[in-house]
Amino acid sequence: MKKVLALTLALAMVMTLALSGCSVEKVDGSGDGSFVSADGSTPSGSGAQTTGNRVVNVCSWGEYLDMSLIEEFEAQTGITVNYKTTDSNETLYSLLENGGSDFDVVVPSDYMISQLIEEDWLQPLDYSKIPNFEKIADRFKNLSYDPENLYTVPYTWGTLGIIYNTTMVDEPITSWETMFSDAYAGNVILIDNPRDAIGMALYYLGYSVNTTDEAQIREAAALVSDAWSSGVYQGKTMDGIFQIMEGGNAAIGTYYAGDYLTMLENNPDLAYVIPEEGSNWFVDAMCILKDAKNVDEAHEWINFIASTDANLRNMDYIWYASPNEEALEMYPAWYEEQYGEPLDPELYEIMAAPQEVLDRCEAYLVLPQEIRTLYNDLWIELGT
Amino acid sequence: MKNRRSLLAVPYVGWMALFVIAPILIMVVYSFTTAAFDPTLANYTGMGTYTSIFLRSFQLALIATAICLLVGYPLAYVMAKEGPGFQRTATVLIMLPMWVNFLLRTYAWMAILENNGLLNQLFDLIGLFDLINGLFGTDIEFFRMIRTQGAVVLGMVYNYLPFMVLPIYSVIIKLDHSLLEAARDLGADTAGVFRRVILPLSLPGVLSGVTMVFVPSVSTFAISQLLGGGTHMLLGNLIELQFLGGAYNPHLGSAIAMVMMVIVIICMWIMNRFGEGEEQAVVL
Repeated sequence: MKKVLALTLALAMVMTLALSGCSVEKVDGSGDGSFVSADGSTPSGSGAQTTGNRVVNVCSWGEYLDMSLIEEFEAQTGITVNYKTTDSNETLYSLLENGGSDFDVVVPSDYMISQLIEEDWLQPLDYSKIPNFEKIADRFKNLSYDPENLYTVPYTWGTLGIIYNTTMVDEPITSWETMFSDAYAGNVILIDNPRDAIGMALYYLGYSVNTTDEAQIREAAALVSDAWSSGVYQGKTMDGIFQIMEGGNAAIGTYYAGDYLTMLENNPDLAYVIPEEGSNWFVDAMCILKDAKNVDEAHEWINFIASTDANLRNMDYIWYASPNEEALEMYPAWYEEQYGEPLDPELYEIMAAPQEVLDRCEAYLVLPQEIRTLYNDLWIELGT
Repeated sequence: MKNRRSLLAVPYVGWMALFVIAPILIMVVYSFTTAAFDPTLANYTGMGTYTSIFLRSFQLALIATAICLLVGYPLAYVMAKEGPGFQRTATVLIMLPMWVNFLLRTYAWMAILENNGLLNQLFDLIGLFDLINGLFGTDIEFFRMIRTQGAVVLGMVYNYLPFMVLPIYSVIIKLDHSLLEAARDLGADTAGVFRRVILPLSLPGVLSGVTMVFVPSVSTFAISQLLGGGTHMLLGNLIELQFLGGAYNPHLGSAIAMVMMVIVIICMWIMNRFGEGEEQAVVL
């Protein structure tokens, strides 16, 4: 008996080491990432199949793709799409780092892309296979996260701003100050992600959101922390904010423009503002992982998604602005044709912020590891 | 014969080795190393920073366990004393919610507890707020229930109550009736029978129940995130943040998890001392 036990143990150890050692290729990461995604989105594919048929494994965010595009792509090309979702850039990164994934295409945000490039996770794209890349507006090419544009094709872009319920505030919100003052104490929702939350305070204090000056970051975190301890915030959440704002359960929150437009469909009292101090603007872009196994299929998928038609439909479905110049210009007319009524120009401006608004905003750059750890520590201190 | 029996254990031993022992060993390795896998104690020495999170987690889990015991024991007792029809119905009713995914049920609680949620709407409908405002001259429109520690405890009690009731019930129902009759024959009244015979004999079930409620409560992260609204960080959230947060530090995460595990084991060990001399509880 003892021998059997010892043998089994030894075998198990070897197997576990082998499994954890050789990372991405072997383990199926089905499900783990989308464990608590608040919208309850279900990935349509189930794990990786690489035998026989052509497949492409895509990982993106919840409610971030018009699913009919998958069917169309599958019908057109015969390639099966395994579409999975995670709920944040950080979750995606940890999936990659743990080797619990076998994705070909990922759609991270700008700052995570530069981290992935820095750590050699991505492979350069073959742009000759992505003719639709030409349609991407020039202002979304060669951005700081990929200065020579070797690795990425932009997917969507947007802004972070304050969402508020016009029936629950006394006057229109214009400044980040609202997020820290006790004017609406107990009625404010804090965004549950240190970069965005401490970022708000950095804009308010007039610092760069990409600062690596520890004193500035601590000052900003103290602002959030003071507001926290004086009871300004009802709670902190990411996707939970849909339910909270749509149901009129809080007056003010911070979230992304595209999601605001989704909330607005369910609660017409909501308004969105990019505060006067400026805010974050972001690009999410499609990339192919270095050890992707379905590289050709991945290129085909990216090219398909970058097409004007796909961008129009996607934009209409997820309410995030497209970087495809044609689609962006055509959208108001396309909308009118689809729904028989003109698109509210104000909503269009919220979705696709005009350049003068973007000029006030700042994109996130990747922060050095010690600053990321500082952010994390400050965030934990907030919860203690 | 003996050999054949130990062969039967191989799948189980293999399973345990692969999915329990090996992961724990990996955690130990991670917790004592840096990102470059050099040996270090740093992950443990900074643990004091998180004292308040540890305390809060254990405190909330203890409260939830106590409530589960106070509610669950009488329920299990009554169930065991009733006829088979009642027992079947009650068991099904207790199990029924568990057929629905635990996260979905917790989301449902969010909709119930929100400021404009079902419960507050109900209170409004029956004029409770008008009554209170009239009596005390206050100006409340809703009770603040979600995103509080109370909501977290409620979520724990709701989700883990069946794990308290069922082990206690299964112990009480198996009690030898002749023992109870003997106690009565010897002059014990109903309270005496319960206190001197039933309660001590049901202790193993209580210990199992307490373990099965306390351990998942102390390590939960979904309940505190959804119902607590991030207002009070618990251990589960702290550990999650090390793995899924911007800093990505599985080494520190492993160390925190190790400390939590050791404290839980110590708690269980102390508790088991109470049950000593009785039948061994199914613990851990």
